[in-house]
Amino acid sequence: MSPRATGPAAATLGAALEIARRDLRRLFATPLAWCALGSVQLVLGLFFFIVFLWGFDARQPMLVAARSGFGLTALVAAPLLKSAALILLLLTPLLAMRSLAEERRAGTLALTLSSPVSVTGIVVGKYLALLAFLALQCALIALMPLSLALGGTLDAGLLASALLGLFASAAAFAAVGLWASSLTRQPATAAVSALAALLALWFVDEGGAADGGPVASALGWLSLTRHLDALMRGVFASDDVAYFVLLVVTCLVFTVRRLDALRLGA
Amino acid sequence: MSPGPTRSDVLLQVSELHRWHGPVHAVRGLSFLACRGEVLGLLGANGAGKTTTLSMLAGVLAPSSGAVCVASHDLRTQPLRAKARLGYLPETPPLFPELTVDEYLLHCARLRGLRADGARRAAAEARARCGLDDAGARLLGNLSKGYRQRAGIAQAIVHDPDLVILDEPTSGLDPAQILEIRGLVRALGERHAVVLSTHILPDAQEVCDRVLIVHEGRIARDVALNAPPPPGGPHRVRLAHAPAPAALAELPMVEAVQAVEPHTARGEPGSGFRLTLRADPAAPAALAERCVREGWGLLELRPERRSLEELFISAACGPPPPAAVDTAGGSAAGDAGPPGADDADPAPAGVTGGAGDGGRTP
Repeated sequence: MSPRATGPAAATLGAALEIARRDLRRLFATPLAWCALGSVQLVLGLFFFIVFLWGFDARQPMLVAARSGFGLTALVAAPLLKSAALILLLLTPLLAMRSLAEERRAGTLALTLSSPVSVTGIVVGKYLALLAFLALQCALIALMPLSLALGGTLDAGLLASALLGLFASAAAFAAVGLWASSLTRQPATAAVSALAALLALWFVDEGGAADGGPVASALGWLSLTRHLDALMRGVFASDDVAYFVLLVVTCLVFTVRRLDALRLGA
Repeated sequence: MSPGPTRSDVLLQVSELHRWHGPVHAVRGLSFLACRGEVLGLLGANGAGKTTTLSMLAGVLAPSSGAVCVASHDLRTQPLRAKARLGYLPETPPLFPELTVDEYLLHCARLRGLRADGARRAAAEARARCGLDDAGARLLGNLSKGYRQRAGIAQAIVHDPDLVILDEPTSGLDPAQILEIRGLVRALGERHAVVLSTHILPDAQEVCDRVLIVHEGRIARDVALNAPPPPGGPHRVRLAHAPAPAALAELPMVEAVQAVEPHTARGEPGSGFRLTLRADPAAPAALAERCVREGWGLLELRPERRSLEELFISAACGPPPPAAVDTAGGSAAGDAGPPGADDADPAPAGVTGGAGDGGRTP
C-alpha cells in the first residue's frame, strides 16, 4: 500500500474531492435528492408555461405595437430564473442541514476528523458536494428558458448573466446553509436558522431603497436581491460578483473556525 | 521484564495529557506509551475519562494541554502525518447507513490517502480480516449490531495503520459476538499497537497485554497481564482431612498459615487455608507431594493473586494510597493495595487466571 506521495495542497484537494464524492453518493442514495430535483422542475414548469409564457403570449401584440425593447429573454427567462432562485433559497437549507449537523449527531464526523484531512479540506469537500448538486439543479432549470430557442430568438448574453445570477445565489445559499449546519447538532434547527438568515438577506432591501441614508445604503448593499437583480437585467458588475464571492468565502471561513472550535471544546 | 522498546516500536507516546470540558477536569495528566505488538487496555468506570482520552489520541478532540505522538509524529504539529498512521473506532461506529459495506470501506481507504487499486485491495483485505466477506453488498443501515461493529473495526484498519484505537469494541454485543471481536482484537495486536477502552473486566483480561486502570482522569494502576507471576506468595489450599494449622506452619516450604472459611454456601467440602509459600518455583509441587504423602486429601491448591477485579475495585472505589500509584512493580506483587483488601474474599471468583501485578513497561 503506498501512502500519498503528493504535497499537502494536493492531498487536501484529493481528500476534499473524496468527501464531496461520498456526500453526493449519500445524497443520491436517498429519495431527498430526486424528490428535490423533480419538485423544483414541476413547480417551475408550471410557472413557466402558465404564468410567463401565457402572459407573454397575450401581451406580445402590445409590445410589438409599442416597439418595446424587451424581448423573450427579459420578459420570460429572467423572471423565471429569479423565481427559481427564490425556490432554491427555500430548498437549499433543507439539503445543507444534514451536511454537518447530522454527522455530528450520528458520530460520523469522528471518522472524517480522525482521517488525514484538514478541517479546511472537510469544509471544502462538503461545500463542493452541495455545489455539485445545485449545479445539476441549475442545469435542469436552464433547460426551460433554453427551450425557447426552439421557436424564438434568445439574448445569449442576458441569459448567461441571469443563469450566472441563479448559480451564484445557489452557491451563496449553500454556504450559508453549511455554516448553519455546523452550529448545531439538530438538522432542523440548522435548516430554520439558515432559512431565516437567507430570507433576511433576500428581503433586507424591501422599502429601504427609498430612504437613501448611510444605513439604508449599507443594508442595500447587503441585499441579495439587489445584486441578483443586476445580474438578471444583464448587468455584469464586479461589485455584484464580489458580493457573492465574499458571502461564500465568509461563510466557509466561519464554518472552518466553528469546526476547529468544536475540536477545542467550545 | 523484556528489554526496553526501541524508538521505532513505540507507536504511541502520550505525555501529560489534560482536557477540560468547561469547568470539568475530565483528563488529568495521563502519560503512557504503547508499542507495536501490544494491546493496551484503558479500564475504568463509566465517566472515568476513557472516551475523552481516546478521542484526543485520535485527533478528534484537541487536548487542553499535553502532547500525543503517533509513530513519532506529533498530532498537533503534524496532524496529517500522524492521522495517516492511526485508525479509530469511536463509541458508536461511524457508519453511513446509505452506503454498502464495500462502498464504505473503499471510501475510508481513499480518505486515508490510498489511491485506485491500492484502495480497492485494502478494502477487500479489511473486509476479509473482519469477516465481512458475505456482507459486501449490504447496506450499512441494514446490518446487525455485530456486523456494524465489525464494519467499524474494518474502517479503522483499512489503511493498515500503526496504531488502532478502539472505544469499547465489545459493548452491546452478545457473548458469541464478544468472543469473535476479542479474537479479532488479539489478531490486530500482532501487527499493530492497539489501544482500547472497556469497563468489562473479562474483555480486558482476555485481550490486553497491559491494562491502565483509569480513575477520575488519572492512571490509578498500570498492570501487566502477560508478565509471569513471581514464585511463592499467598496460595489457597483446601484439604479434606486437615491437620492442625501448626503442623502446616512447620512445613519447610511454608512461611505463614492462615485458616480461612471455605465457601460453605457453594457446598465446598474440607477446610481452607491461606499459605504463604517461600519464593521457590518448586514450593507448590513440594507442598502437593507432602499433602498426598500425609494423606490430608488435597482438594485445591492454587496461587492467590490479586485479580484485575480487585485492583479495579480498589482503584475505582477508594482513593488509592499515593504509594500504590505507579508502584505495581514485580517484587511488590500482591502487596500494593490497601491493607486488608486481600482478605476480603478468600476466593476471588473466576478471574484469577493470569492476573498479577507485573512490572511496568517503561
